[in-house]
Parts: sequence; C-alpha cells; structure tokens
Amino acid sequence: MKGIFCAVALSLLAWPVFAVQPDEILADPALEARARQISQGLRCPVCRNENIDDSNAGIARDLRLLLRERLVAGDTDEAAVDYIVERYGEYVLLRPPAQGTTIVLWAAGPGLFLVGLLGAGIYLRRRRTAAPDAPLTEEERRRLAELTARD
Amino acid sequence: MITELGHFTLILALFVAVVQSILPMVGAHKGWSGWMAVAEPAAKIQLVLVGFAFAALMHAFVTSDFSVRLVVENSHTAKPLLYKISGVWGNHEGSLLLWVLILSLYGAMVAWFGGNLPVRLRARVLSLQGMIGVAFMLFMLLTSNPFLRLGDPPFNGADLNPLLQDPGLAFHPPFLYLGYVGMSMSFCFAVAALIEGRVDAAWARWVRPWTLAAWLFLTIGIALGSWWAYYELGWGGFWFWDPVENASFMPWLIGAALLHSAIVVEKREALKAWTVLLAILAFGFSLIGTFIVRSGVITSVHAFANDPERGVFILLILGVFMGGSLSLFALRASALEARGIFAAISRESGLVLNNLLLTVSCFVVFLGTIWPLLAEILWGRTLSVGAPFFNAAFTPFMIAVAIALPVGGLIPWKRAKLGRAIWMLRGALTLAISIAALVWAMQTGRSILGPLGCALAAWIVAGVLVELWQRGGRGTLRARLGRIGHLPRGDWGKAVAHAGFGVTIFGVCAVLAWQSEDIRVLRTGESYDIGPYSITLDAVHEGQGQNYLTTIADMRVAKAGKQIAVLHPEKRFYPVARMPTTEAAIDYGITRDLYLVIGDPQDDGGYAVRSYIKPFANWIWGGAILMALGGVVSLTDRRYRMAAGAVRAAG
Repeated sequence: MKGIFCAVALSLLAWPVFAVQPDEILADPALEARARQISQGLRCPVCRNENIDDSNAGIARDLRLLLRERLVAGDTDEAAVDYIVERYGEYVLLRPPAQGTTIVLWAAGPGLFLVGLLGAGIYLRRRRTAAPDAPLTEEERRRLAELTARD
Repeated sequence: MITELGHFTLILALFVAVVQSILPMVGAHKGWSGWMAVAEPAAKIQLVLVGFAFAALMHAFVTSDFSVRLVVENSHTAKPLLYKISGVWGNHEGSLLLWVLILSLYGAMVAWFGGNLPVRLRARVLSLQGMIGVAFMLFMLLTSNPFLRLGDPPFNGADLNPLLQDPGLAFHPPFLYLGYVGMSMSFCFAVAALIEGRVDAAWARWVRPWTLAAWLFLTIGIALGSWWAYYELGWGGFWFWDPVENASFMPWLIGAALLHSAIVVEKREALKAWTVLLAILAFGFSLIGTFIVRSGVITSVHAFANDPERGVFILLILGVFMGGSLSLFALRASALEARGIFAAISRESGLVLNNLLLTVSCFVVFLGTIWPLLAEILWGRTLSVGAPFFNAAFTPFMIAVAIALPVGGLIPWKRAKLGRAIWMLRGALTLAISIAALVWAMQTGRSILGPLGCALAAWIVAGVLVELWQRGGRGTLRARLGRIGHLPRGDWGKAVAHAGFGVTIFGVCAVLAWQSEDIRVLRTGESYDIGPYSITLDAVHEGQGQNYLTTIADMRVAKAGKQIAVLHPEKRFYPVARMPTTEAAIDYGITRDLYLVIGDPQDDGGYAVRSYIKPFANWIWGGAILMALGGVVSLTDRRYRMAAGAVRAAG
C-alpha cells in the first residue's frame, strides 16, 4: 500500500522524480555510502512511512541533497542528523531515540518477554507438581452416562 | 435494477443474520432443538444473499454502470477486465462487502462440514458468526454503502489507482480477507467454549483446521503483498513495516502462536485458557487491522477526522466484541483447568516458549505501530516509528524462535532431556556453524546478517531432516524410509512449514546482506557492468497500453560476452488517474534476481537507470509458499479427513 500516498501527492506533477538520482551521488564512494546509510533512517516528511532514500517526493530530494552537503562540509553522521532534526523535528527520525517517554517503547518488548518468562516459569512449575486428575464430578458422570447411553 | 436487487439482498442478509444470531443462542441456552436448528439454514441463506449482492456489485463494475457512485470512483471503461473485477474490492466499500461475503462463506462451511460438532456448540458458533455479520453489515449499510447511485451519472469513471492495477495485488485482498475473517472462526469457537465452560481435546481438534486454513491464507496474502511491493515499487524492497503491513502481520503472528498452543490442548489438555485467549486476540488483531486500514488513524491523526463515522463505528465493533469476549474470559477462564502434567523441559514447555516469543514479538509490532498515535495523544510529541525500530526490536525474537525451533520440534512430550535433543542435533549444529564460518570468511566486511541467516536457515532445515530421520525409528535404511513415508500428513505439514520458515529467513538475510545497486545516467548505445553482468541500453521508445502511456527501454544483459536476457523496464503514465508508475524488469533466477528500472530522461539526453542484483530474493516468497503448503498438507491429515468422512457417512 505504501508509496501510494506519495504517488498521489505527485500526481500534480507531470512526471515523477525518482529516489536517489544520478546527479545527487557524491564522487567519494565512502561519503556516499554514509549518506545512503543515514538516508535510510530519515523519514520523508510528506510521505507515509517512507525513508528519504526510497522516496520520490521533491522534499525527500531536498533532504538528500542537504544531508550530502553537510557530509561534504565535514560533519560526522550524528552532527548531520542533528542538523536535519533541528530543522525538521524529531518526526524525521524513523528510529526514535530512547529518550524520555520513548524509553517505554524500547523497553516494552524485552520487559514483557521477561514478565512472560516468569509467568511461564510459574506455570511450568505448577504443571510439574499438579495433583493427578481429580475424580469425575457428579455432572461429568451424568454426562458420561448420557453419552454412552446414546451410542 | 440489478444494483437495487443487490442492495436489497444485502439488507435481507442483515435480517437473516439477526435471526441467526438470536434464535440459536437462545435455543442453545434453553435446550430447544428447533431454535438451534435455525442456525444452519440461516447461515446458508446468508451466503446466498450476500453472494448475490456481491455478484450484483461485480456486474455493475464489469458493465461500467456509471450511475453507481463506487463504480465512478474506482473504474473506467478502458480498464482491462481483470481490473474491473478486482476493482470491486480495490476500495473501502467493496472490500467490506468481500469481507462479509467471506464471513458468510465460513458460516456456511460450518453448516456444511460441522456435522460432527455437538449440536449446542455448533448453534452457538453460528450464532456468534451471525453477530459479527450483523455488525459488519450494519457498518456497511450505515456508513459505507457500495450500492449508492448517482442522480447525474458521468460519462466515464475516475479509474482504479494504477498501483492496484496489477495481477499480484488483484488477488492479494481476497487471500488476506480469507485469513482475517478465518480468525473469526477460532474466535467464535473460543467464545462458544467459554459460554459452555468446556475446552477439551475435541474442541482443539475442531478449532485447529479453521485456524490453520485462516493462517495459510494469511500467509499467501501477505506474501503476495510483499512480492507486489518488490516488483512494483521500483527499488525491490519487500517489507516496509508500514502500518498496513503490520496490520496483517499481527494476526499472522498470533495465529501462528494459536496453531501451536492448540496442539498442546489437543494432545495434552493443558494451556486451555491461554489458547482461548489467543483465539480471541487473533480475531481482535484482525479487527484492529481493519480499523487501522479503514480509519486511516495511524497514518495521520487528522485523517481520522475526515471520516470519524467509520473510524468510530469500527472502534465500537472492536469494543463490543473484544470487551464482551474478554470479560467472558475473565469470568470463565479459571474454570478451564489444565489436566496434563509435564516437566519444565518437554515438548509442552517448548511450545510455551514458542507462544511467548510469538506473542511478545506481535506486541512489539503492535506497540511500534500505535506508538506515534499514543505519543501524539499523551505527550503531544509527533514522532515516527519506522523500519529501523522494528528491525532492531522485532528481529531478536525471531532469531530466538529460529534457534529454539529444531530443539522444540524434537523433544518428546511430558519429560525430555535437553542434552539428548542437542546430541541428536549435533550434525545440524555443526553444519550451521561451519556454514556461518564459511560465509563469514567469504564475504569480508559485509553485514553480519549474511552468516547469521545462513546459519539459522541451515539449523532449521537440517533440524527438520534430523527430526524426520528420528521419526523413521530404527532398522535398515529401507525400513526407516518406509516409516518416514508413512508418517501422518500432520507431521509432513509441520516439516514443510518449518523448512519454509528457514528458507524465508535465508532469503531475507541474503537479500539484505548481499544486494548490490547501481545508479547512473545512460545514453542509448552505452553499456555498463554490475557484478558479472554487462548491460546495454539499446533503445528507448514510447508506446501505448490499454489505459496508459508508456516509455519502454530495451536493455540487453550479457554475462561473459554471452547474451542472457533482453529486459524491458517501463515507466507508465495513467492519464485518467493522472498517476505515474514504474514497471521494473526483472530477470528472475534461483540464485539472484537482476532488477532494472528506467527513470527520468536527463537534460543531456540520457536516462537515469537503476539496477540491482538481489541474491536469493525469490527464496523469501518460496519459503512463504512452503509455509502455506505445510498448512495445506496438515489440513489433509487423516484425523481431519476422518471427521469429514463421518459427516458424509451421516449425511
């Protein structure tokens, strides 16, 4: 389903622009590889859950160019990302940093797993030591009689 | 006229569903067999009525009846017939009608094949099916009626979204819905069992085939969607952790957990309450999926306001069914006591671990999907949760599942020795480690995913083989193979599905770790190299399809001087919808796909050309097909066929 949203936004243009264009690519392959890596973690602001590396939107291209500009200027990866986050907001980070309330998001999975492990442990312990089958209750006995009588 | 008949039969089906949901339930409670007997004919009639409504809508699409609003919005006379048909469910209203059609199909299947069910249980299950039908038909008729007419019909329609005009996506929704709605069967069985307070081995045996069927359809549906994304979106991505994708993935994960826990109930009479809870949750996630897709709430909080009626209605349905069933669960769960006793190391505990990992991973996906919404509502923070989060938070659980799988599949019920199982798997373990080491040495400096994926896949597939070999017992090779050949289909299904899981892991890791990419400007007549291939752009010409304009490139692919393929990547433009699409040209292969995309014309006369080598990409969907095939093989197991045979004998 993805990509449709961007494509719709683009339908106003006569012809699409595509993800990373040949003219954007940096001459230095090491720098370009870093740019590609970072691009995959940055969200295209007008798309639905699409990173700027894949996005066809114009603003994604602007962001790609901006990112490369920063890298060429000698920024570290972190500094380049911070520069963009400062201007476009936390929203562009596809991997929300584990700060403040977002810690809950990151910790929830492992936390629940540990709780589940504890619960499973208690359950398994009980299954191991559980009493043998109780004798049939009165109702079960009646139902059994009913069933066997039917055959 | 036919449209009105369709509209009318849909309303009739709603009334039938009302009757189906009330009379059998009351009858089952009071023990009135006449009232209970209403359920089966009602379910069959409902199928006929909804089927007619669906056919009527399809008729409107095929004949391009532009007095029907839905047809105007989603069709066009120039559209190929296949997409006129798939256009029926390529939109909100029509897809809901498909949802209800499949729901009534499942209901009728219970009426046809449920002869071996206790009368009371069957009546209650069908009544609950009726209730779900009532909810969704009301939803459709009140907020999203597909049969609305226009007073002033236009000459032609607005066309279906071009991205949806594709054979892969034409059949993606029906399979997905067969899966989503199939989960409603397990749900109805679970709630009916809670009402009766009885969950036993027989119940698990009735529930399991329905869950299996739903799960395998879901597997196919998800695989089709992923494959479509791979070849259609133009850069060969196959999974994006998009909310809509997650919506289908969550019921799949819970469904997989349910399949496994139902085995414990069937064989060992334990994990009853948990299994019932999973059955409720599996359908709950199907409803949440419907909510996410239909309300647009996750995409953007503001889209919700555009159509508050629909979002609120689905939320209401979700609240009623989940609230009701979970309250019932809270009241009755304690009555579902376990019988079987087993040690901390046993097949049972292995399946408990499987369930824990699958449900927690589902929870991670769920939380990541709704987190942007929560953050905005609770703290006013607008943030994104995308692929990097899911890759980091979800993958470890899948790795754990993969590591535990061969051991869990091998250890016996009740009591087991871990050391013994690992000793039996020593060959598989050695194989996995040596493959990982070999790959690690060969692929210097690339992603760790490569060796990891190879090791896990080898571990799982070899583990499956070891298990089959063990099942062959002792004796000569001939005797062993004979016994393996005569294993129940259920065991074969398990082996095939587990191997499929391993194959998919391999495909995913291989593509992510080893794909290579090339982006450049190419003039006609020029060539370039990617990997071992030399690619030449021979010509670029314009063309016209049935309902689109296209720019086609002729690209010659040679390897070591020998031509191996001529590929034609396309760029299309759909004038009615005013939308462009890319049609990548792919040379499919077992060890790699060569993936070519033609882009924009450049100022200096060339074209932007993107090419990829995707190693082992097809293994991703090959594995999914194996998983689904495993489900099919399992479904033909003798113990289910015997049940079906009993019906035939009785009828």
